[in-house]
Amino acid sequence: MNLSYKEVKRDTAVQASKPFPKHRIEEWRGKAYVYVCILVLIVTIFSIVYFIAVRGLTPFVSGGVGVGEMLFGKVWDPDAEQPLYGALPFLYGSFATSLLAAAIAAPLGFCAAIFMTEMMPKLGRTVLQPAIELLAGIPSVVYGFVGLSVIVPFLRHTFPGQGIGIMAGSIVLSIMILPTVTTIATDALRSLPSGLKEGSYALGATRWQTISRIILPTTLPSLLTGIVLGIARAFGEALAVQMVIGNAPHIPDSLFESAATLTSIITLSMGNTTLGSAHNNALWSLALILLLMTFVFVFIVRLLERRAKR
Amino acid sequence: MKAKTVDRIATGVIVAIAVLILAVLAGLLGYLLVRGLRHISFDFLTSPPQTIKAGGGIGPQLFNSLFLLVLTMIITIPLGLGAGIYMSEYAKENRFTAFVRLIVEVLSSFPSIVIGLFGLLVIVNRFGLGFSLLSGALALTVFNLPMMVRITEQSLRSVPREQKEAGLALGISRWRTITQVMLPVALPSIVTGTILAAGRVFGEAAALLFTAGMSSPRLDFTDWNPLSPTSPLNPLRPAETLAVHIWKINSEGLAPDAPEIAAGASAVLVITVLLFNLGARWFGRLLYRKLTASK
Repeated sequence: MNLSYKEVKRDTAVQASKPFPKHRIEEWRGKAYVYVCILVLIVTIFSIVYFIAVRGLTPFVSGGVGVGEMLFGKVWDPDAEQPLYGALPFLYGSFATSLLAAAIAAPLGFCAAIFMTEMMPKLGRTVLQPAIELLAGIPSVVYGFVGLSVIVPFLRHTFPGQGIGIMAGSIVLSIMILPTVTTIATDALRSLPSGLKEGSYALGATRWQTISRIILPTTLPSLLTGIVLGIARAFGEALAVQMVIGNAPHIPDSLFESAATLTSIITLSMGNTTLGSAHNNALWSLALILLLMTFVFVFIVRLLERRAKR
Repeated sequence: MKAKTVDRIATGVIVAIAVLILAVLAGLLGYLLVRGLRHISFDFLTSPPQTIKAGGGIGPQLFNSLFLLVLTMIITIPLGLGAGIYMSEYAKENRFTAFVRLIVEVLSSFPSIVIGLFGLLVIVNRFGLGFSLLSGALALTVFNLPMMVRITEQSLRSVPREQKEAGLALGISRWRTITQVMLPVALPSIVTGTILAAGRVFGEAAALLFTAGMSSPRLDFTDWNPLSPTSPLNPLRPAETLAVHIWKINSEGLAPDAPEIAAGASAVLVITVLLFNLGARWFGRLLYRKLTASK
């Protein structure tokens, strides 16, 4: 007893004499730790942008390739005598697959969200929502595998062509982005003030009239946010698309013809070219385009969110 | 009368679409399990793959996936917790915080292939780590970190304010309040989120193609010295994961039973992700009950 009393006394004495009491040091240590973590985040993102930009700009700066030549050139033939680096087929493929996927997923997602919030909330919460979360958890290579072994043969039998192509890619992507679209739409519908809906019902409007004239217009910015996020995800998806699109580097005449996207050509060729060669550098330019598109998507999402808040 | 008919049609369409989504999921899982489970056996799960002959397994790939997941989590969790704590507790409402928020958002929307390429350029080549488990784990950390930050931030924000203020009122430092009072309360949702994120890491392939590599050396499962090149525990050896393996055999597989192997491996991957999903829910609930004494 006596001893512990002495200990306590000495402890407070030490604390008073020291300019830095224990809890201060602890606080500083904690703060230093969290700031280091934030620093890691900042350094990471800047080095990603810096390193990919340096590589990706090499063809334009010292490789003699024009920016317009790359963005609008229709022929990608890096192995020719006169190598051509026209990335238009890949840009076309990427935009076509992701926009088409969004066009398929958006109505499905809205209907699922309306089902979960307006029609059968209980069934939606216990069955449909877990199902959609599961869809979000399935790895992209598995989607690619199923696309290759189910969707491609199905398209081959029902439509003219090989089955592989933009349509197959879009269908696979639409299932992959469905959870993104649905989750954001559901959140938007749930946060809608109930007075709006009740007012509409009180005026004698049917459920569909309420949905189409009140709910959809008021939540439109949030719904669009979901779609843009979905498009962003589809745009950057690599392996699932690469497995079903066919990988022919030209602009296809139909949706059922072999095509290629930015991600698919990078996936295919990056391993087969040596770092620093002109062909390899051109691939980094494609990666830079992907990176810049990410910024564009984030910018659009921010604009829409600002709109939704108003 | 007409409005009512339209309403009925719309209701029918919406219900039909909800059923369609459920059917797609059921068909997807059913197809994978029916086709895959036939091929799954103890031998398939443990034996090494064959390049040209039939009868190869996925043993090393399965091990690589799990080991890589553990490595990734060891790096991600401390970083993610720290950054998440900053975002929810220390960040003031100023330009810098807005900037960090933007960074987290951008980082989480980078395509995983871009992160893989960054890994190839910086981690594999510049740091000289080569195609290795460690490179893969670092790339996956970049991929996973924003999610981890968001999970921690949201979980800490949902801690009741009274609990935080009670801690501060007792005169303990802010850091102590966060680690001793708030973190235990937020733990169940952090754990649930982390397990879900782990499921995503487990199935990731695009970020690993050019970082962890597409080949696996012959592993000697009796050699547990982490420095030996054939040891499964060596973090500097190339390692092909399960997801990468599925992609590889689908695009350039030469074995005659490649589709069956792909189906079996996909089934294993999906079952694991399902287990992660269910495990996250179950464990989160268990932890919540343990820590809060509520039923």
